Amino acid sequence: MAIVETRDLTKVFKQGQLGAVNDVNLATREGEFMVFLGPSGSGKTTLLRMIAGLEEPTRGDVLIGGRVVTRLPPRERRIAMVFQSYALYPHLSVYKNIVFPLRAQRVPKELRRPKVEWAAALLGIGELLERKPRELSGGERQRVALARAIVREPSVFLLDEPLSNLDAKLRASAREELTQFHKRIGTTTIYVTHDQVEAMAMGDRIVVLDKGIVRQVGSPREVYDDPADTFVATFLGSPPMNLVDHGDVLVGFRPEHLLPAALVDGPAVALTARVTGVEYLGNERVLYARIQDGRFGEQRLIARLPSIYQVEVDEGEVVPLAIPERNLRYFAKNGGRRAEPRQLAWA
Amino acid sequence: MRQHDRWLGAAMFVPALLYIAGLVGVPLILAFLYSVGDVTVGSVGYHFVGLANFRSVLESAAFRGALVHSFIFTIGAQLIVIVGANILALALRHPFRGRGLVRLLMLLPWVAPISLGAIGWKWMLDSIYSVVNWALVRLHLVKPFDAPMWLGEPKLAMLSVILVHAWRMLPFSTVILLAGLTAIPRDIPEAAAVDGAGFWRTHFEITLPMMKPIIAVALLFGIVFTFTDMTVVYILTRGGPYDSTHVLPSYAFFAGILGGSLAEGAAVSVFLVPILVLVAWAMLRVAHRTEVV
Repeated sequence: MAIVETRDLTKVFKQGQLGAVNDVNLATREGEFMVFLGPSGSGKTTLLRMIAGLEEPTRGDVLIGGRVVTRLPPRERRIAMVFQSYALYPHLSVYKNIVFPLRAQRVPKELRRPKVEWAAALLGIGELLERKPRELSGGERQRVALARAIVREPSVFLLDEPLSNLDAKLRASAREELTQFHKRIGTTTIYVTHDQVEAMAMGDRIVVLDKGIVRQVGSPREVYDDPADTFVATFLGSPPMNLVDHGDVLVGFRPEHLLPAALVDGPAVALTARVTGVEYLGNERVLYARIQDGRFGEQRLIARLPSIYQVEVDEGEVVPLAIPERNLRYFAKNGGRRAEPRQLAWA
Repeated sequence: MRQHDRWLGAAMFVPALLYIAGLVGVPLILAFLYSVGDVTVGSVGYHFVGLANFRSVLESAAFRGALVHSFIFTIGAQLIVIVGANILALALRHPFRGRGLVRLLMLLPWVAPISLGAIGWKWMLDSIYSVVNWALVRLHLVKPFDAPMWLGEPKLAMLSVILVHAWRMLPFSTVILLAGLTAIPRDIPEAAAVDGAGFWRTHFEITLPMMKPIIAVALLFGIVFTFTDMTVVYILTRGGPYDSTHVLPSYAFFAGILGGSLAEGAAVSVFLVPILVLVAWAMLRVAHRTEVV
């Protein structure tokens, strides 16, 4: 078990161009499940590869367990990595795939089989040891990759989008399994994904990355409820947070907090909007609307109306809506960082 | 319409079929016919003599020597080529400044006509004017008046012929192996690196086994090109000294064309057939296996 730390970690692929990763300072906690979340090209995989030692940083340091490992090859870092493609050795049986790290690290022969069997049992692939990777399903391959990673009991686990090759149904169950698995082994884990649902569901903390810059580090609750800037606010949540222009600030609120005024109790901000579209999704309705108050023009809004509310809403209708005051967030128009709350004047 | 398509298809196939029949089929059949006949360069008739030619050929020490030399030549050259091509392919896998130029230079021995290359080597290995010996003398590796006679001593001559042929075949195998190497997904050697494997373990336990099919292809092509080739032998040593470097093709040429005994030459070259059939069968098997995987 170990803490992973990065200090001013930077990777510039082409000189003179913007870095893929820029001055990233992070530290995991002991045994934490940390998720790197960002759109494609945000540098999350490059960051992970630098921690693994597969990519040489342009600047900065990587520390694992308090030791600077920046110049060490991957094999001296006591890490294990699961690749997006799983990178199983196609010519070797499952058993030989899993035993490979043990052989590479010169684990005594008599200890190898019990360890492989322990790892295989932990992942429920004891039956598959004699098969070749090409004879396995996607889910089975993923388990083999995980087994190969845990078999040598690494101090850090690095996972690069390990679920992205699975179909949607399998992904949900694999997510839950991975979480359980992490709880059981308790190894510090860094998990890279572009899928916010995975990040929210699995992460102890989420690192939101954009263009190689860390936008926010926080628990799923923090990054969702208290986004540090407009990028985080709109990247997380689907549909994303509404951002409404209000003088020198942008006012943000989640679609699920924008409700017909009659349903909102307590201090709230009211506005009227014309409904331009309704999507019936079964568990909820998604309303597309435009603000009808003269001062701020016809700005777009999205609202999510859980199906327990039976209110009749039709297209073209002008309806009074409201947002509880505690759910409003304020962002500076310039730069998008969080700003002080202020009095709103819409109604 | 369908009928029309079939005729068109057949018509477009005909030139290729004629070409192969004319240039490969006819000589092959002739070779078989000659090997059981009594033809010489000047003769007009044809008499069937059964296996007499084979009997006389098998009794000749020169032929038996050529048969053994063919195997030494092919195996020796291919060993050097496969090991060398592996090293070159590894060196050329990752981009570096000037890689394009290095690749071009490396390809030259294959692109240049082999006869020119072999003549060049003949001068470089000449007993009096050899630059190789000059360099060895200057490096104080051999004494000035005791330099090796590269083409004049049986063992050295064989070594020279093998080395020159390997020099010539190296680019071909390197290109094939390089293609095989770049086809391995980058993740896999990276996973091996994270798993704790160093260069040697990654190379021998992961990379090489994954390249096995493509190495087999390179090897089989190399065997065909080497086993049937006589250019290097013909130009460098003419089979000498004392027939010590004759291989089957060169011996067949000397006996059949230069010696005038077409029947004997044909009988010698027929000995190539079983080995080539075996190699062809192995090639098809490898090709089939790679398709299945």
